[in-house]
Amino acid sequence: MTTIAQQGATADQFEPRPISRLLPPPGRPALDLAAHLRRHGQIPYRGRAGQLIEDVRAAGLTGRGGAAFPMHRKLSAVLAAGGRPVVVANGAEGEPASSKDKALLLLNPHQVLDGIQLAAEATGASDAVLYVALDADKAHWLNHLIAQRSAARLDRLEVRLFVAPPKFLAGQESALVRRISGGPALPAFATRRVSERGVEGSPTLVSNIESLAHLSLIARYGPAWFKSAGTPDEPGTMICTLHQSDGRVDLAEAALGTPLADLLDLREAGAVLIGGYHGAWLPAAGAARLTLANSALRRHGATVGAGVLAALPAGRCGLAETARVARYLALESAGQCGPCRNGLPRIAAALADLTDVTGGRRPDPALVADLDRWSGLVYKRGACAHPDGTVRFVTSALATFESEITAHRRGRCTGTITRPFLPLER
Amino acid sequence: MNGKQEPKLRVNPVACSGHGVCAELLPELITLDEWGYPLLADIPVPNHLARQARRTVTDCPALALLLTRSGTPG
Repeated sequence: MTTIAQQGATADQFEPRPISRLLPPPGRPALDLAAHLRRHGQIPYRGRAGQLIEDVRAAGLTGRGGAAFPMHRKLSAVLAAGGRPVVVANGAEGEPASSKDKALLLLNPHQVLDGIQLAAEATGASDAVLYVALDADKAHWLNHLIAQRSAARLDRLEVRLFVAPPKFLAGQESALVRRISGGPALPAFATRRVSERGVEGSPTLVSNIESLAHLSLIARYGPAWFKSAGTPDEPGTMICTLHQSDGRVDLAEAALGTPLADLLDLREAGAVLIGGYHGAWLPAAGAARLTLANSALRRHGATVGAGVLAALPAGRCGLAETARVARYLALESAGQCGPCRNGLPRIAAALADLTDVTGGRRPDPALVADLDRWSGLVYKRGACAHPDGTVRFVTSALATFESEITAHRRGRCTGTITRPFLPLER
Repeated sequence: MNGKQEPKLRVNPVACSGHGVCAELLPELITLDEWGYPLLADIPVPNHLARQARRTVTDCPALALLLTRSGTPG
């Protein structure tokens, strides 16, 4: 576990149990290329397109970027599409509450870069792209690593580095395809999947960088090893960004199926946000009985997403946090689709209105009905899933913070600390 | 792709400008939301409305309405 921000740590500090497949153990440095090769050996190319896909299927690897789509199906679809496919490693990580992709890239870049080469071989790709949100210094460092690997004749395809703009939707699949094809990083209306028609019209594999790093480990150590962590249905590990109630932000690699109470200190928490800003709020007491697994979370309207978990301290108003994030999400809308462009600002404004009990002000009770109606009007009506994710987040807040809504209607707020909790900037 | 299916209406929400002509031409399958954007009935276009649906598609000033027989990307 790596603490990346620390404030007000207590004596009996809560520490999740570490597992170390992708992140180096606490206190250990990142592996440079020589150390990476000593530890993991050469890239285990299979010699032919498609050869690795059966191992990936047997391992049960799913995407770690949020959608948990089976990796072998994506690989097979791109391979079957033929032509000259493109592999894109997606590390855009536009969500301000998530830092696992940035950390993975800095702490274990070669496992990601190996995964790109192996996915390219598996799909018969002739072009490989790494799409990440980095400053100029880190982009320079990454280009140096790529050149170093090419000089050492490790990489069969020289990876092209693309810098993603620092926007929430920059990593959305069709936005990424447009950006790499020379357009703006905005979502597109698609009539065909990117696996058939993606970057510059070629069949394209878009995969989260963590998924590709797991693929590299599967190629080396096999499906049985991969499945030795996690649950039978959801094997392996995932890197989580953990927002603890005391303000610490931790990164932890955890096996799927790990109890949430082993990852988050829930003793001081009132509610838990699971799966980030397109995810769902749950009361802390309920979350304490759940695990880091979609099989457990889906019944409660949540998913593991990209592994963002936040324990909202009991002294904070969940409605105020939801209103802040909803405003951010409305501003991050690409503004291209009418329902999203009209609905999200109204939803955000209604939440802000519901939050405001200054001087005993009583918000209009009709606001909740407005929120329900607008949520229904934006759901599934965009070119991308931004309105759907925003609605999931807002709807879960209305259920989880129901008693807070009741208090606000009477002109009271139970929050004692007004300082913002969830981050809105990277 | 899901192969042959009944034709269904679909809107390209990026292209749609909320002109509203579709709801006038095909009120049986299209209504407008409170901001003027089309809400499509989630059913295949019935045979007796097929001609009218094709006409509505060609009359959309933003070319945002589609008749599709295939599944949509997930």
